[in-house]
Amino acid sequence: MSNQVIHALYDDDDTLLSAVKEVRAKKHHIEEIYTPFPVHGLDKAMGLEETRIAIMAFIYGCIGFGVAVAMINFIMIEDWPQNIGGKPSFSFLENMPAFVPVMFEMTVFFAAHLMVITFYLRSRLWPFKEAENPNPLTTDDMFLMEIELKNNEKELTALLKETGAVEITVPENTEE
Amino acid sequence: MYTFSNKLRNLAFAFMAIGLAGLVYGFLSAPKTVEDAKAMVATEHHEGGHGEEHADEAHAEESTHDAHQTEDHSAEAAHGEEHDASHDEHLLHQLQNKPWAALYVAAFFFFMIALGTLAFYAIQRAAQAGWSPVLYRVMEGITAYLLPGGIIVIAILAMSGFHMNHLFIWMDPEVVAHDKLIAGKVAFLNVPFFLGRAVFFLAGWTAYRFISRKFSLAQDEASDNSNHVKNFRLSAGFLVFFIVTESIMSWDWIMSIDPHWFSTLFGWYVFASMFVSGITAIALITIYLKSKGLLEFVNDSHIHDLGKFMFGVSVFWTYLWFSQFMLIWYSNIPEEVTYFITRIEDYNITFFGMIAMNFLFPLLILMNSDYKRTNYFIIMAGIVIILGHYLDVFNMIMPSAVGDQWFIGIPEIGGFFFFLGLFIYIVFTALTKAPLLAKGDPYMGESERFHY
Repeated sequence: MSNQVIHALYDDDDTLLSAVKEVRAKKHHIEEIYTPFPVHGLDKAMGLEETRIAIMAFIYGCIGFGVAVAMINFIMIEDWPQNIGGKPSFSFLENMPAFVPVMFEMTVFFAAHLMVITFYLRSRLWPFKEAENPNPLTTDDMFLMEIELKNNEKELTALLKETGAVEITVPENTEE
Repeated sequence: MYTFSNKLRNLAFAFMAIGLAGLVYGFLSAPKTVEDAKAMVATEHHEGGHGEEHADEAHAEESTHDAHQTEDHSAEAAHGEEHDASHDEHLLHQLQNKPWAALYVAAFFFFMIALGTLAFYAIQRAAQAGWSPVLYRVMEGITAYLLPGGIIVIAILAMSGFHMNHLFIWMDPEVVAHDKLIAGKVAFLNVPFFLGRAVFFLAGWTAYRFISRKFSLAQDEASDNSNHVKNFRLSAGFLVFFIVTESIMSWDWIMSIDPHWFSTLFGWYVFASMFVSGITAIALITIYLKSKGLLEFVNDSHIHDLGKFMFGVSVFWTYLWFSQFMLIWYSNIPEEVTYFITRIEDYNITFFGMIAMNFLFPLLILMNSDYKRTNYFIIMAGIVIILGHYLDVFNMIMPSAVGDQWFIGIPEIGGFFFFLGLFIYIVFTALTKAPLLAKGDPYMGESERFHY
């Protein structure tokens, strides 16, 4: 992990987007971009892999649906059958309409919560975790692009200036 | 400018001819007398598997009752004969209704597509949507069917009012005289008021369509946005008028076929059905025009958004369908629940098949975001949704009109094809009348650059 990086600060998301395209066109490797809010189209401009969270959402939803069916079948049919509204609950299929709201809610509950948890795990976020962003301004109104340096500091500085960066710094490598 | 290709025009005429033949066949083969009706049902029972199954069930029921009934058999025989006669009369009415109902279901269904599209169009105008102006001319083309389609529907309603058929039993004074529940509704359900309302609704919708189209065309050449602003105001006002009149229309034209039964969310339910059918029609026609090299300004993202609407409104429709079903199923009040008992017992295939076509299929096929950008999937899902919502209207109208004598046969398919042909002919003729790009719309730039 001895790679050096260069930081470029931008004050506008449109400038940032066009800068990303230019930097990538010049074959430089963008390590990371820190933004105060999600920038539409940034993932595509950076050439990131497409998210697979949608597939997980579907799978989580199916799990939730399955859990709901098993749960409501145990509660309402097996463990304690009751006669509600003249509909004795001895058969899951015949009482199914009454269980649909439960199935729906559990599907949504599982999909939503497990998606959030998955997102946190994949982004390595947990409570009391120290912030990774190198410049606190990126939580306010600035956008920061981090690019790998390969002894081409001058060339990159010139390029980044051209793309409209408001501040360019090369942080001391404090790791190791 | 779009020119109506001869191939498509011939196809439309062929559909109309085939459909008309089917409808005429349906009317000619309807029974004239009670004897005819009985003979028809008898032969059907010998031929069809559907009938046999039915007969078996009845037989099984009879044998269980036999033991109890032998004693007072003689007393019941007299009563039974009288009952049979009224039953036969009823059967005759059902069979005579069959071609009328086939005509009415198809006429209403295609009219409903135009009305749903009009509502969608008005929402885009009132919301000043930035993504959809490239589709305005397609929507305006579809809503051109509103007036002719509406006139046909109202003509059928008027023919019911003049007792040419028995679709609406509350129109029969004989029935009302012996029915306290209907008699209590006469202030609202009487032929002159009913037809007056129908004409008023159609006049209101058509007026909006006519004026909005005029503003839309004027905006093409205008140097300022005044036409656009007028259209915005008009559309917002129309939406208020629409949701009230659409609700009453759904009670009048559909719910009153079952004059004893009512559901408070019926207006919404019919609206969801027409809305999703309309959006699907927009998507299908857009993709067709794109395949002919027109509408080059419509990109995948516009199709994607239409796909999202098809997906979303299909789920919305299911939500309303289920809300209506579950409350009535759970409370189990006899006068309400008969509606679903008839549908589950006599219309099992169409009733549950419709759920698969209108909910499960679009849910699973349109869930994936990439599929919504693929024309092939939109067309496939669209055709299933259109047919599914035809079945939805079928399920709303047929059980009360023809009872268990339904069949999707020559008159039903003929009706569908006749109005499909008419719809294609009128919609594509209207599309030739104006440029396909509403170039004066102030949001056109945003719409053309629209991307996801």
